[in-house]
Parts: sequence; structure tokens; C-alpha cells
Amino acid sequence: MAYLELHNIYKTYGQGAHETEVLSNINLKIEEGEFVAIVGFTGSGKTTLVNLINGLLAPTSGSILFKGVPVSGTSHERGVIFQNYSLLPWLTVGQNILMAVKEAFPKKSKSALNEIVASYVAMVNLTPAINKRPKELSGGMRQRVAVARALAMKPEMIIMDEPLGALDALTRGNLQDEILNIWGKDKRTALLITNDVDEGIYMADRIIPLRPGPRATLGPEFKIDLERPRDKTALNDNASFKKTRNAIIEYLMDIGDARKSEAKEPVILPDLAPKSFVKYF
Amino acid sequence: MKAITLGSFSKFVGLDFFTSLKNLFTGKLAKEDFKKFLRKVIVPLASILIFVGLWHLGAKSLYNIEATFRIEKALKDQGPVAAAALKTCIASGQASCQPNTLPSPTQVWDSFQSLLRDHRIINADKAAFIEKTATLNTKRIAAGKNAITYTGRPSFVDQIFRSLQTVFAGFLLALFIAVPLGIFIGLSPTLKSAFNWFIQIFKPVSPVVWYLLVFMIVKTLLIDSNEDSSFTISFISVGLCAMWATLVNTAMGVSSVDKDYINVAKVLKLGTFQKIFKVVLPSSLPLIFTGLKITLSVAWMVLIAIELLAQSPGLGLFVWEEFQNGANDSNAKIIVAMFVIGIIGFLLDRFMLTIQNWVSFDKTDAI
Repeated sequence: MAYLELHNIYKTYGQGAHETEVLSNINLKIEEGEFVAIVGFTGSGKTTLVNLINGLLAPTSGSILFKGVPVSGTSHERGVIFQNYSLLPWLTVGQNILMAVKEAFPKKSKSALNEIVASYVAMVNLTPAINKRPKELSGGMRQRVAVARALAMKPEMIIMDEPLGALDALTRGNLQDEILNIWGKDKRTALLITNDVDEGIYMADRIIPLRPGPRATLGPEFKIDLERPRDKTALNDNASFKKTRNAIIEYLMDIGDARKSEAKEPVILPDLAPKSFVKYF
Repeated sequence: MKAITLGSFSKFVGLDFFTSLKNLFTGKLAKEDFKKFLRKVIVPLASILIFVGLWHLGAKSLYNIEATFRIEKALKDQGPVAAAALKTCIASGQASCQPNTLPSPTQVWDSFQSLLRDHRIINADKAAFIEKTATLNTKRIAAGKNAITYTGRPSFVDQIFRSLQTVFAGFLLALFIAVPLGIFIGLSPTLKSAFNWFIQIFKPVSPVVWYLLVFMIVKTLLIDSNEDSSFTISFISVGLCAMWATLVNTAMGVSSVDKDYINVAKVLKLGTFQKIFKVVLPSSLPLIFTGLKITLSVAWMVLIAIELLAQSPGLGLFVWEEFQNGANDSNAKIIVAMFVIGIIGFLLDRFMLTIQNWVSFDKTDAI
């Protein structure tokens, strides 16, 4: 049995005539220790999918099994890194992480909890900023806090919803390496949602495209057989990398074109002629 | 920890013109500072002077209208001799025949001085009384009797402190009712619809009606007590009248917490208690404080009317008694009370703004 299983997931919003089907017939299996990336266009229902897996939303039909048990509500076993960091602005970096750690390990003593906080802050290289508030940090630093907060709870699976989407290319590259390093240490199961194919290929074992919504569904998977640790510069000349990359992009472009042509149904314009006002004068 | 300088502190409490004032005296006045000084100090001072000037002219013309009217009336009713006598009497400035109208700035200032003198006299009286009764009181207490207390007339300054006591008691009552209730209403849509009609109907009720309502209830509740219930009645009315802004703002703040923060609370699996105190309350704090600020200023505003009705000692009663008194400096004393009320209201508002800046996570949110 797989670690995380999604069977025939449907998710609709609204009711009656206003009902829109966002996700349709989603089937997914993730094995333990695997790093899976889901790539898709903006607005294709990626965040809905993530919220179904982390338990913030419930599917309209279908079942989600985590280690064989149906998912009902959120759990400390699945850590989430949100797209917009979602740090609490009135707490410092340390307090933000401490709040999570306190919930995850309610029995530990205060000093033990503070030690955990300090070690995870150090892991994301933010020790000098531990007493700062999120407002005083840059986007990359904030996302590192969010990463530390998710990991400090020692989740068995990390779910990342476009974690690096709002960052510039350089910071993005650095954080990709940092996340991979951390993941490489204890090989937790990871699910990455992204709109960047290169990021997916660089980080994941498997890439699954999400066909755009409404009625979004998962496309065929692409296995990435590159050795770890991967080298970003060398990757550009790697034949296998190029092949997979082109295949995925081609697939996504085809869907995009198909969607566009769907929208290109001819619109019949009313037959209008400019009216002459001459006779009124 | 940053050192608190005069500059940062005065900026914090919203009085940053002190900085430019300080720069003026330390000789560090740059051109930029000079402009700021002009705008923040000179312009307000000039407008105050213009205001006082206009007031003076207005009061003078009102005085003349009243004086002419009286002299003409005396001429018509009592003949030229009485009119001439009244004219010399008014010109001599005798208290008995002065026209009763809007007092001039100098009269108000004199009344202010006389109120302060009065306060010193009453204070001395009180001290003498306490000294005189000290030995007697120790005997009475030893014998198990009540001590004799000073029951003389309160001075103007005493009235100010009584008013402040009433307003703070009312404000605390509003705080302890409106904030918890607002949190519950904000958290539960069921409670919100249960309370909505109640809030909509009672919010616009006038302070006078609140006073009468509280009077009906408290009078019956304290039917056995011989104590003076006017303070209780007035602070409860002030609290009930002023609490609505806080109630509505708290409910709105709590129900409109950013969805991201709620998601964080869910993912971290915070308990209800933790969720309310660590996420919901801090994020709605700026709105709650805006509500409290409005509540305090409303409390101070309705206080005068309620004290007047309740006959509870304080500035409201002072104004009413002076009006009923009709002495020749009564009008000036009423104007003194008006300025004192205004200035204290302003200080209370600054005080709340300072606390709001202190507790809010986002300093720019404070309005």
C-alpha cells in the first residue's frame, strides 16, 4: 500500500446551477520517502488539491488515505508550507516556530522546546534574526521561517504549495538547494506543487502535470532518473534532463493550446450599422 | 532595546512638534525643521490668538446689545432718572447690574483663577477639619462608631476628579462587557444573528434614556440601601451608552481575521483557547482599540449629560449648578468647565492612541 493515496477525488464549489467542478477524477499514489512534484498552470486547482491533502478541505467525493487511514482534518503528521508564508506578524521568528513546536510536542519542557526552535532556526540560517518580526525580514527569509516552522513539527510528510513562487530567481535557487538538503537528511516524503517545470525536475523524483481546471485532472507522470545530488549547471547539458523537460513542456503547451481553441468558438456579433443623425439637425 | 528619546516618545504619543521645539532651543534648527515648526507650533498658536480675539469682539458686542436693551427698558418703564442710574452702574462695573451674556476671555480667565483659589481654600478647610477631628475619630473608631468625615462642598478640581472616576468606571464596565461579548459574537454566526437586532436597536438610544433605564433598575435593586446611588447609576449609564463602538468593532475584528492565519491555526492544530488568544485576538487588536478609543470619547461626552440628570458630583453637575445659580460669574465658570472638558477629552484620546500604538503589532494600522 502506498504512503498517500488519492482515489477518484472530485471537488466542487457552489451548489445547483452555480456548481463548478474544480477537480475531477484525481488519482495519485505517493510512496514513502518519495519526492513528487505536481506542475500546473496558475488557477488550475493546485491549491485546492493541496488543501484536500493537508485536510483543510474535504473532497466532494472520493477518498484520501494517509498511511491507509482516511484523512479527516489537519494533522501534525503532514506539515504544510504555504504559498504566502502565513507567518503571524505579531510574533517574532522564534515565537512563530515555538507556537508550532509547542503544539506538536505538548509534553516537552520549555527549555527542550526552545532548543528545538533554536536548532531549526539555525538550520535555515536565521539565528541572527530569531527575535525579529516577519515584517523586518525579506521574502526569502520569511519563506525560510515558514520552512523551519513546518519542519520543526517533525512531520512525516511535507506538503509545499508553491513555496518559492513569490521569490526572485536567485533566492529561489538557494532555497531549492536548502530544501533538498533538509529533505536529503531524513528522506521524508515530500509533495511539491509548483508552476515551474525546471524546479520540478531539479527537485523531484516524479513529476505529474495537472491539466488546468475547471475539471482539472492529473496527466501522465514523468519519472526523473537523475542522480542526486543534482547539479543545476550540469543539468542544462544533460540529455535526459532536456528530453524530460521538453516532453513536459510540450504536454503542458498542448493542453494550453487545446484550452485556447476551446475558447475560440466563434462569437456571433450583432449586425449593427452606424446610425445617421444628419436628419435630426 | 532602543533608548527612548524625547523625539521618539513625543512622536509615539502623536505630539512630535516637541521635537522641533527642542531643536529650536538647542539651536539645531534646519530649514526643514523650521518649516515644520512654523506649521506645527506657530500656525496653531496664531489660530488660537485669532479665536480668542474673535471671541473677545463677539462678547463685547453681545454685552453692548444687552446693556443698551436694559437702559432703554429702564427709560421706558421707570423714567430717565432710573435709566441714568443704571447707565452709571453698568459703566462702574458693579456686579449687581452687569448684563448677563457671553463672558469675555478675561472674565473666563479670572473665573478660572477664582476656581483655583476656591479649591485651595476648600483644601485648607478640609485639612483643618481632619486635624480637628483626628483625636475624636480615633476615639470613635475605638468605640466602634463611624468616623466623622468632611461633608463640605467639593471644589472644582474635586469635581474634575469625580468625573474622571465616573468615566473610568463606566469605561471599564464597557470594556468588560463589550470585549468578551464582541469576541463571542464575532466567533459564532449564531450568536451574531441572536444579538444583531439587540445591537441595532440599543446602539442609537440617547444617554438620557439610558440614564432613565438604569435609574429604574438600580433604584429597585438598591431599595434597602441608604447609600447615595447616584454614582452607581451614572457610571453604569455611561458604560452602557458608550460600549457599542467597542462591541461592534470587536465583533467585526474577530469575524474578519485573515483566512491565512486561520489556516495556520488549523494546520498547527491549535486548541480553541490557543486559537483565540494567539491568533484571533492579536489580529483583531487594532480594531478593538479603535473601538475602545471611540468608547472612551463617547463616555466622556455623555458623562456631562448623565451627571447632570443623576445629580452625581462631577463636571456635569457643576455646569448645571452654575447655570441654576445665575451669579454674575456663573457664565464664565460654565465656559471654564467647557474648556476643561474639551482638554481632558483630548488628553484621553491621546492616552488611548498611545496605548493602541503600544499594543498593536502593526504600528501603521493605528489611526
